[in-house]
Amino acid sequence: MLEIKNLHVRLEEEDKEILKGVDLTVEAGKVHAIMGPNGSGKSTLSYVLSGRDGYEVTAGSATLAGEDLLEQEPEERAAAGLFLAFQYPVEIPGVGNMTFLRTALNAQRKARGEPEVSAGDFLKLVREKAKTLKIDAEMLKRPVNVGFSGGEKKRNEILQMAILEPRMCILDETDSGLDVDAMKLVADGVNALRDEGRGFLVITHYQRLLDHIVPDVVHIMAAGRIVKTGGPELALEVEKNGYHDLLAEAG
Amino acid sequence: MALPKAKQDATEAFLAQVTLPEGAAWASAARKAALERLRDMGVPVRRDEYWRFTRPETLFERPAPEAEVFVADEEPVFGAIDRLKLVFVDGVFDAEASDDPAMDGVEITRLSQAAAADIHWARELYGVLEARSHADVPRPLAALNSATATDGVVIRVTGKPVRPISLIYLHGDRTSDAVLHHLVRVEPGAEVTLLENGPAAARFNKCIEVDVAEGASFNHVRAQGRDHERRAVTHMFARLAARSVYKSFTLTANGVLTRNEAIVEFTGDDAVAHVAGAAMGHGAFHHDDTVFVTHAAERCESRQVFKKVLRNGAVGVFQGKILVKSGAQKTDGYQISQALLLDDESEFSAKPELEIYADDVKCSHGSTTGAIDETALFYLRSRGVPRGEAQDLLVLAFLAEAIEEIEDPDIAADILSRLESWLARRRD
Ligand SMILES: Nc1ncnc2c1ncn2[C@@H]1O[C@H](COP(=O)(O)OP(=O)(O)O)[C@@H](O)[C@H]1O
Ligand SMILES: [Mg+2]
Repeated sequence: MLEIKNLHVRLEEEDKEILKGVDLTVEAGKVHAIMGPNGSGKSTLSYVLSGRDGYEVTAGSATLAGEDLLEQEPEERAAAGLFLAFQYPVEIPGVGNMTFLRTALNAQRKARGEPEVSAGDFLKLVREKAKTLKIDAEMLKRPVNVGFSGGEKKRNEILQMAILEPRMCILDETDSGLDVDAMKLVADGVNALRDEGRGFLVITHYQRLLDHIVPDVVHIMAAGRIVKTGGPELALEVEKNGYHDLLAEAG
Repeated sequence: MALPKAKQDATEAFLAQVTLPEGAAWASAARKAALERLRDMGVPVRRDEYWRFTRPETLFERPAPEAEVFVADEEPVFGAIDRLKLVFVDGVFDAEASDDPAMDGVEITRLSQAAAADIHWARELYGVLEARSHADVPRPLAALNSATATDGVVIRVTGKPVRPISLIYLHGDRTSDAVLHHLVRVEPGAEVTLLENGPAAARFNKCIEVDVAEGASFNHVRAQGRDHERRAVTHMFARLAARSVYKSFTLTANGVLTRNEAIVEFTGDDAVAHVAGAAMGHGAFHHDDTVFVTHAAERCESRQVFKKVLRNGAVGVFQGKILVKSGAQKTDGYQISQALLLDDESEFSAKPELEIYADDVKCSHGSTTGAIDETALFYLRSRGVPRGEAQDLLVLAFLAEAIEEIEDPDIAADILSRLESWLARRRD
């Protein structure tokens, strides 16, 4: 599904290499986790994949279902099925959450040559998905993420994911700032979307989330590289011993 | 007060070109008096503090610069609103195209007829609010209007007419130089909505004097025409009695030069005035909103909300003042002026002012100039919204606070659709 090869990325503004040769393949139907200390480049990877400005790819490639991602505009990547749940969801004053969701869904459908969703069907869809995430009508009416608590913002990201039904979902520290109940809601939301055709890349700093979203593969990222790959037990090892020993071992 | 020599010379040279329209004795006297006010104040010049950001010359010097007639590619605004239409073409009333002005709750006359007759309330209002206003700041182009207006509508609202009164200003002649002066008196407890749209002329000098009596309500929505080369200088004078409500919203899209002044005075307690505007400029566009609100009564609320979207070298200006006189306790004054610059070539100048002589008041003002929020833009795009559409959404979000000032949902929806299509036409 998602194939990243030898990806090197530097910042456009400063001459600083952040990703130093990332190799990673997420197969359809699988959940991969990336763990790693702060500053190791996890968010940078997610931003580069989704097409944010300010980064320069100096080597390597990234493809989604065989299509070159790096050549595409962010909106094209989204229409192709890539979704990033932001570590810091963005507030957009003046744009209602419902308008935002409907505009996004219809824009993606249009790009794929599918008919727009009618207002009625859309409302039904949102209500249903919002209910399972315990997002109330009031939150849907408010401007995008404005005045939302940290947990509400994260749930709103998962709501967008549930509505847009991407085939490759990247979650960047969706667990940070969540209490146990909220984390459970988010994890349930993600698990409900798990299926044969969909890949997940779950970025997290802590192992906690992975108790609820059990990964197939765990990668450890440090200083812009994947330094170790293993099964779910790797996450437990991090939890127990911290990154220090692992990194020392990886050299 | 003696004028500087240069200003005096410019004024005399200009006045030598001016002839006053004919009318009944009262109208002729009012026009002559207005002309004398103009002579005393002098024509505006660039060095005047009040014209610091906008060059006044082409707004009055003769002949008016020509303006190509714009052929619209969409239905005119307010088309779906049930309204009483009064049409002016290049400043000349078009009876054929206009509706019968008879409607319950309102008496409508043309200024040219009122000036020939003696309508006492019109006589007591014509040029009166304009003349009063110069005590604060000279507004010579308003005096010029009172002196030379050839026509206008004279509206006395006695009830709650079911339809808005819609003034439609068509532009057909590239050399036209139109001067209209309207009078509105809203009697106690009465309510009216006034709509205005269209470019009016190559150059348009328009003045409205509105007297809103106790408990009465005046609602105003205007959309200035999209002709790229048109010029306009407009003044809206409002005098608000106790418990009255005044709301005015203006959409300006295009036009090479526009100066819109709103001069509002609270003379009775517990009244409300909201003045708002959205201006959309692309390229050769200079738009100036100048607002002066005087609180001379207690517990009145004033709100100024002005937003400008500028691109490709467009220029926006906002001068807004809240004057709270001593004794105007519990005044609630709010003012915001904001520009969204879509590129580095555009610019916005703002001069917000508060002058307060009462101690128990709540007044705030703010002014910002900013660009599109790139983070928000990326967020939208990452959800699949194409760049152009995403930018438009953010622009409309920026304008929302001004558009919310339009009370009628159908009119608001109509204005919103104009903004959307203006943006859509300019998508990269
Ligand atoms: N736009 C940027 N400007 C400056 N430094 C950046 C920028 N983006 C990322 N970095 C730097 O790159 C490194 C990786 O950051 P990030 O990808 O956010 O790490 P993580 O998500 O793993 O905590 C950090 O040292 C961070 O300071
Ligand atoms: Mg991060």
